[in-house]
Amino acid sequence: MSTPALETRGLHKSFGALTVANAVEFRLERGARHALIGPNGAGKTTFVNLVTGALQPSAGKINLDGADITHLPQAARVKRGLVRTFQISTLFRRLSVLENVTLAVCEREGLGGELLRPAGRHRVVIEEAFALLDRLGLADEALRPVNTLAYGRQRLVEIAIALGLSPKVLLLDEPAAGVPTGESGMIIDVIESLPPDLALLIIEHDMDLVFRLAWQITVLVQGSVLVEGPPEVIAADARVRRVYLGERVRA
Amino acid sequence: MSDRGAVAIFARRHRYHPLEAAPWLISVAAYFAFPSYLPLGAQILATILFALSADLLLGYAGVVTLGQAAFFGAGAYTTGLLAAHGWGEPITGLLAGAAVAALIGLLSGLVILRTTGLTLLMLTLVVASMLYEAVNKASWLTGGDDGLQGMKVWPIFGWFRFDLFGETAYCYCLIVLFLCWLAARRIVHSPFGRSLTGIRENIRRMHAIGAPVDGRLLVVYTISAALAGTSGALIAQTTGFVGLTFLGLDRSGTVLIMLIIGGVGRLYGAFIGVPLYMIAQDRFSTIAPVYWYFWIGLLMVLVVIFARGGILGLFDRFRR
Repeated sequence: MSTPALETRGLHKSFGALTVANAVEFRLERGARHALIGPNGAGKTTFVNLVTGALQPSAGKINLDGADITHLPQAARVKRGLVRTFQISTLFRRLSVLENVTLAVCEREGLGGELLRPAGRHRVVIEEAFALLDRLGLADEALRPVNTLAYGRQRLVEIAIALGLSPKVLLLDEPAAGVPTGESGMIIDVIESLPPDLALLIIEHDMDLVFRLAWQITVLVQGSVLVEGPPEVIAADARVRRVYLGERVRA
Repeated sequence: MSDRGAVAIFARRHRYHPLEAAPWLISVAAYFAFPSYLPLGAQILATILFALSADLLLGYAGVVTLGQAAFFGAGAYTTGLLAAHGWGEPITGLLAGAAVAALIGLLSGLVILRTTGLTLLMLTLVVASMLYEAVNKASWLTGGDDGLQGMKVWPIFGWFRFDLFGETAYCYCLIVLFLCWLAARRIVHSPFGRSLTGIRENIRRMHAIGAPVDGRLLVVYTISAALAGTSGALIAQTTGFVGLTFLGLDRSGTVLIMLIIGGVGRLYGAFIGVPLYMIAQDRFSTIAPVYWYFWIGLLMVLVVIFARGGILGLFDRFRR
């Protein structure tokens, strides 16, 4: 098997007596469309926080493209192409949509610390950010403060910021959370149009979205991997149904 | 909006707007119009620089501080001590004041910027209080409670003497303020400055896009300290006096009030809030020497109720 884009080995995290990640073995292949599902409190977002470095694991290893990143700070992981979005929109609220994405492109290019040249002189960066907005259908709103956009549109900006970093591995934390069903279509369209070589992990509650996009699904329950497999296997799995539907299967 | 339009507007934001000339034209006009108020004018100009330093922190990076007087006082005492001990050359004195303030900013920033929110606010206060007490204790050097005695500031370039009417002082403060404003303006429009607004708007996301947030904050904290130190040094040189009030909590608080009245995070709030506050203070204190603070308080209440973004915020609202 080739080196996975992202891999965790025995990843463990506990807060005192509470174990939120329990020996998680996880592989995200290159170009994967992988979903991580599980009931509330299963530890999905904790898993994202561990992988991206917002939290330090108690034990275990994280490899990005074969290299150990377990002890790298958050920013260094981003520089290596590991990028996330947030379940609750985490945007630069009063800044324009274009500025939101430009900030990301600037950081990717290592320009963020530059003091003396006006930001507007980096025309290439701005053009790139705008082209990205255009691709996501946000061009008309480019100059509006992002907090004046409808929530569904803000979810798109959430993804646009991540794409501005040219990720190799993208972790989407509930990309459609809080979006009315009618509007989740545009988010699915955007995810479907992502470059094929990008390794994608979607954390999601919305089963329609998961079964439409994912080739591989991992089910997380109480911090442990319950089962992993292609959608049809997961859909047929009795344990998954029990967890989700509360069915009691008597032996 | 056409495709090109948005990019072009966005890329042009750092260009000068004709209105930006207004504060400078007014300052020059005031020099000729109010010759008997030049000492007050010089104080106002130097204090605008102080408020500008606070705006970089509060308005751009979103760092709330109650310790800005530490840097103001550090700059003032440095320049003052030099002038009292035989080095009254103003330009180098000013630079020395800025450098010492920047150094204190850098060292204290290394420690306190690891925290956020209320803890950070308290720590800025602590740094200022510690410096205040240290200067108070070292009365053999600083004159303690009585203030620093015997400053002798030489003429600028050996030629322009600080006169009684404040003509030199006014021009000196105006030029220094102008140069510092140019620098501050350049900084806020740079990618670094834009990233500060990112930190202000959402620090978590700045981390998540790979920005070295702590380093950026330390840089702006140091720059802000240098500007505050320059301001303190200006006032020390032009009034020929440095005292403990330069380091007091009062001064840290007042500068925030002036900035909030003018408008935070706009680079020009200082140019409106400071003159308004200081002229009002000057007027009220002659009309009602005992309770002029009441009127200042009333002004503040009105701003908070009716003009949340300060006076500049009001303009924005009318433009829409």
